Amino acid sequence: MTAMVKAEGVHKSFGLVEVLKGIDLEVKSGEVFCLIGPSGSGKSTFLRCINHLEKINAGRLYVDGELVGYRQKGDKLYELKDSEVALKRRDIGMVFQRFNLFPHMTAVENVMEAPVQVKGVSRAQARERAQDLLDRVGLADKAGSYPSQLSGGQQQRVAIARALAMDPKLMLFDEPTSALDPELVGDVLDVMRDLAESGMTMIVVTHEMGFAREVGDSLVFMDGGVVVESGDPREVLTNPRHERTQAFLSKVL
Amino acid sequence: MTADIDKTDGPADTPSAGPEAIKAIPVRHYGRYVSAVIAIAALGGVIYAFSQGRINWGAIPDYFFNDRILSGVGKTLLLTVLCMIIGVVGGILLAVMRLSKNPVTSSIAWFYIWFFRGTPVLVQLIVWFNLGLVFEYINLGPIYKDEWSQFMTPFLTALLGLGLNEAAYMAEICRAGLLSVDEGQTEASQALGMSHGKTLRRIVVPQAMRVIVPPTGNEVINMLKTTSLVSVVQYSELLRVAQDIGQTSGAPAEMLFLAAAWYLVLTSVFSVGQYYLERYYARGSSRSLPATPFQKIRANLLSLSNRSSAGGTA
Repeated sequence: MTAMVKAEGVHKSFGLVEVLKGIDLEVKSGEVFCLIGPSGSGKSTFLRCINHLEKINAGRLYVDGELVGYRQKGDKLYELKDSEVALKRRDIGMVFQRFNLFPHMTAVENVMEAPVQVKGVSRAQARERAQDLLDRVGLADKAGSYPSQLSGGQQQRVAIARALAMDPKLMLFDEPTSALDPELVGDVLDVMRDLAESGMTMIVVTHEMGFAREVGDSLVFMDGGVVVESGDPREVLTNPRHERTQAFLSKVL
Repeated sequence: MTADIDKTDGPADTPSAGPEAIKAIPVRHYGRYVSAVIAIAALGGVIYAFSQGRINWGAIPDYFFNDRILSGVGKTLLLTVLCMIIGVVGGILLAVMRLSKNPVTSSIAWFYIWFFRGTPVLVQLIVWFNLGLVFEYINLGPIYKDEWSQFMTPFLTALLGLGLNEAAYMAEICRAGLLSVDEGQTEASQALGMSHGKTLRRIVVPQAMRVIVPPTGNEVINMLKTTSLVSVVQYSELLRVAQDIGQTSGAPAEMLFLAAAWYLVLTSVFSVGQYYLERYYARGSSRSLPATPFQKIRANLLSLSNRSSAGGTA
């Protein structure tokens, strides 16, 4: 299996605060890669670096073999233009903690938007595809609803459908269930489980240890901007070797 | 037990069969009656005073639909609409420039807003009119060449003077609107691979409109009245026509009242338009759209008839 995402010594600072202090990891194509750790550990920031919503300060980050945000010629790095960054983002779907659906559009319009505007798909075709995707996340009957008329769990499932509409090769999930009422979490996780079974490469920042154990292929525990422990989720979650991992898991499990 | 509570022969399935509704004497708001009477008396007094003044009220209906007045109204409206179009388009452009990462464009926008907000619009109008002092000829190569004073008609002066000034004010309104949209919206749109321009046009601006429309309605009404300033550059809009007629017909004050009445009519019409525009941009932001005035009236009438019918049977 080839590497979908490869990080080599990734550093990121916000002003004087160093959030990522040298991250090295590799996400294989087709795997479900879970990132766990206490808040402030840098896991969301790392996720946002992957589609260049944040610029990294040092190190190298590759998606599908290509450098993120830069082009390398010889030993010089050239910053990519906004349009080139946008072109690469097409292939990376992202699901946010706060859903970030477009409130002035209905569910189906939210899903259609990017294919029509970015890929130039015809509206009729995009609508049909959007309808299928909404059906896939179990919301076929909510196509005409505005986000404000949907529950949190429904909104998040529309957001997943919206990301899938661009046919990404990689999906990033930034704590997709953290803003949901407990009884709505299951629906979203079910959709993600289906997606994982279909072979999608997924990087999931999560606090759902059950999901990580059951669906995850790899797991990384981050703390203080570094990778503390990584490995098979079942292995790490049951027998954490590092004491920081043990301390964290004893609080959340 | 239920037999004790049940009234003699009320149907058991009516919803009011539960706890007995409270029948209390409502608080009397005597202050409201008193203040209403005082307000009506004051209004009546003012109306009486005006009716007794040396004003020939009959002249107003005579001239209300006069051809020249109507053409003045038309020109006022035309100027208002065109200037607001320049203002809104220019304002959005300036706001986007101001928020841009590019230091050149944001400085240009800052300077424009600083200049046009910082000088009186009346002075700007007069300067546009007299720009022939600086540019004797306007020369667009083979397309157009003429003396400035020929090119700068009163209409064009009015349009540029008011429109460009308005753009500076609209820029600040639009900037506030653009900043009000959650950053997550931009991120979500960019994460989908949408360009800056598309993100702005498709995602940010439509949401910003909710914040932009109400103050813009204010600006439209302001503009409608500000157009009366352009009488100084010889453009014959409503106020100027009214003054002209007033001087020739010997009823100057009456014609001013007439103009005021027309301005009131026009602002009222614009206010209704604004209401519907706000309603349009509110879609998706609240669970149900607010009722239109017509729907409200209907609902009120219905509830009134329900109440009276309920009162009749009770």
